[in-house]
Amino acid sequence: MKLDAKCPSGPIAQQWDKHRFDMKLINPANKRKFDAIVVGTGLAGASAAASLAELGYKVDVFCFSDSPRRAHSIAAQGGINAAKNYPNDGDSVMRLFYDTVKGGDFRARESNVYRLAQVSNAIIDQCVAQGVPFAREYSGLLDNRSFGGAQVSRTFYARGQTGQQLLLGAYSALMRQVGLGQVKMHARTEMLDLVVIDGRARGIVVRDLVSGEIRSYAADAVVLATGGYANIFYLSTNAKACNATAIWRAHKRGAGLANPCYTQIHPTCIPRSGDYQSKLTLMSESLRNDGRVWVPKAKVDKRSPDQIPESERDYYLERKYPSYGNLAPRDISSRAAKEVCDEGRGVGPSGFGVYLDFADSIQRLGKSVIEERYGNLFEMYERITGENPYGVPMRIYPAPHYTMGGLWVDYNLMSTIDGLHVIGEANFSDHGANRLGASALMQGLADGYFILPYTLGHYFASSKLGKLTTDHPEFKRVENEVNERQQRLTSMNGKRTPDSFHRALGAIMWEKCGMARNERGLKEALQAIPALREEFWQNLKITGSREEYNVVLEHAGRVADFLEFAETMCLDALTRTESCGGHFREESHTPDGEAQRDDENFCHATVWEHLGDGKTPMAHKESLTFDTVKLTVRSYK
Amino acid sequence: MTLMKLTLRIWRQKNARTEGQFVTYQLDNVSEHMSFLEMLDVLNEGLVAKGEEPVAFDHDCREGICGACSLMINGYPHGPLPKTTTCQLHMRHFKDGDVITVEPWRARAFPVIKDCVTDRSAFDRIMQAGGFISVRTGGTPDANALPIRKRSADLSMDAAACIGCGACVAACKNASAMLFVAAKVGQFAHLPQGQVERKERVKAMIGRMDVEGFGNCTNTYDCEGACPKQIPRRFINEMNRDFIWAALTE
Repeated sequence: MKLDAKCPSGPIAQQWDKHRFDMKLINPANKRKFDAIVVGTGLAGASAAASLAELGYKVDVFCFSDSPRRAHSIAAQGGINAAKNYPNDGDSVMRLFYDTVKGGDFRARESNVYRLAQVSNAIIDQCVAQGVPFAREYSGLLDNRSFGGAQVSRTFYARGQTGQQLLLGAYSALMRQVGLGQVKMHARTEMLDLVVIDGRARGIVVRDLVSGEIRSYAADAVVLATGGYANIFYLSTNAKACNATAIWRAHKRGAGLANPCYTQIHPTCIPRSGDYQSKLTLMSESLRNDGRVWVPKAKVDKRSPDQIPESERDYYLERKYPSYGNLAPRDISSRAAKEVCDEGRGVGPSGFGVYLDFADSIQRLGKSVIEERYGNLFEMYERITGENPYGVPMRIYPAPHYTMGGLWVDYNLMSTIDGLHVIGEANFSDHGANRLGASALMQGLADGYFILPYTLGHYFASSKLGKLTTDHPEFKRVENEVNERQQRLTSMNGKRTPDSFHRALGAIMWEKCGMARNERGLKEALQAIPALREEFWQNLKITGSREEYNVVLEHAGRVADFLEFAETMCLDALTRTESCGGHFREESHTPDGEAQRDDENFCHATVWEHLGDGKTPMAHKESLTFDTVKLTVRSYK
Repeated sequence: MTLMKLTLRIWRQKNARTEGQFVTYQLDNVSEHMSFLEMLDVLNEGLVAKGEEPVAFDHDCREGICGACSLMINGYPHGPLPKTTTCQLHMRHFKDGDVITVEPWRARAFPVIKDCVTDRSAFDRIMQAGGFISVRTGGTPDANALPIRKRSADLSMDAAACIGCGACVAACKNASAMLFVAAKVGQFAHLPQGQVERKERVKAMIGRMDVEGFGNCTNTYDCEGACPKQIPRRFINEMNRDFIWAALTE
């Protein structure tokens, strides 16, 4: 496997301009001769599909939901970053770039991150033109707020529903192209495999989730925008159907998988309430702008929060990180919460929770201001917990939320398989080992609106792509493999449901490959996962048939892939003996307990190559150089 | 923690071509902290363990925002609690011994696919007809070049909050999609960016709504009561005004 990042040469600020000039173009009249498959309709997929179709390419779009508008980007609450510097507080492209590289703990590729910061402003312009109703000031100009990991206010938002509004903007653009006949939409259709012919991605095999039919689609390029894999933990903030099948299947066909151990555990989620828990709900990080995080100073203090006087409270983020306080980055806040709970100072029935208290802000700003800023989040909290956060502090605890790892891509967002492009959360590119708040929306839309439409054209123009159809024997071969796999899944007639396997896997991953990892635990996981997988393939119980709408079968296929993915993820975590960003190795810490990075040995992305079932994957390295931002210890103190 | 025993009457229908019926299930040990869908998860796990097919229902984010979940619960879309999607409805609003009836959205334009899963692609087709501002990617002016009155932006956002779940259609005795359409029309009507195509948009979207087989609005506004995002009915009034204005002035 060859890793050539294809970063342009020259000063970083001019690289993207230079690259755009160097890339080959396709004559407008010839664009209609090229077709692309886009899998996934979140921010990245919908924006890419719409933009490609606007350029004149023919696009086939696939999503497993009933409508592209359901994609989980819709659940992002807080906002989207851009380097507009509207508040005049010293922001710039350079600062957004710097914050993102530093926030990612120096494990992202500088060229990509700089480009992300550069195109961030155009995203806001684009979304406003589409009619996204961002929050505004009385002047009529756009409002901004601050977010974790930054000392400027660069986050644009639409109440607590920014992801929804941005997604609906991209979805509208996509629907327009469907109406114009430029895009063919395939809803309730799940990608189950990738078809590679002569070293190039040329199509996919899908299952129609209503009829159960297995079908193939051919194209000149395939774009995966299928999101992250946090559901590997079972309990995460992801939607129930989010899965790793598309990227895992592509990985098994030759796409390198980079840094799968980089997972983000979000600090502000509602704690779990029982064994039946199906998912965890995120409360936007923006709440940390006005909420103060604390636990009692004493262990196992069962008093109600209003009975605990100021002097007996530990505002531990403000104490440990005075310059960022409650706005410390996500990985640091999450670990700090785990630490105080492990000490026995956690709150709530389970002891796995900390308070997020708005009493001071309500007193300072008035209830109406807090209500305007966070009203819908407070309502959601009350609906779920039955507690009113205007009166009692919220209880929060970290939960798996986002995955920085993903398929390796070069500067053109192309994977190690020619023609297979990967955008949004599904790739590994921009966030390094930790993503800053309000940057996922930025990256998804940057990839989809402003990067892929150029780089995909360059791929078409510079590759000799013969036309081929699904009659090519390779499609039949892959279809047969998919059918056999479906057959195996449905024919075991065992005793355990897919959900029970998924929960068991999630428990292993949370315990051994969660907020803190160590060698012993990871080695145990690497024993436990294959054992669970073996049981899965012998003792799985599935109801219904393959030729119909069958949610049990759908889930089983996703769990089967998670069971393989998990092993590579733990192997990656075991290999990276340093602590960085969302990956905290207990063996690697400073004397005061903070994460200890090891730049000498780990200033690289680890890219895994699949060598076949039952074989240990091979690790490759893309070394990272930091020419613009100096490698420093990441301190938020 | 309170544990409840419930009797569930759930609509089971193999597929679009077969007829459905209510099937009764007993469920013990339902915790008040469960969400309604978690309660159904528990039922389904039990059914699969027994080798029976689980109840199919649409759901995804379980945070009340994706709009996938639906379900008529005791005759109310998304259940009896106002401003709440089914996934955010928690069992503390029910009591021990309750009989709960669960069925899919009922509307000609939303045919049943299986059990409580319906086909809501008609909404996508209404969007394709005009639910957008026709800008292309790139070449747009600076975002602050066009100041927008805060009140207008807020009103636009009130409309834009629609999650496209279809509860408005399910609640309406005519199965009308007026609130859904009005929410998208209203989002753009309150913004300067939306003025250029304002007339074409309202005509195209209403035209498509009729083609899809949704009923007409007779101003009883059950839609507003059922809407989990409480999209106000004023947007229907505004849309009607826009529609007439568009028809008269074109």
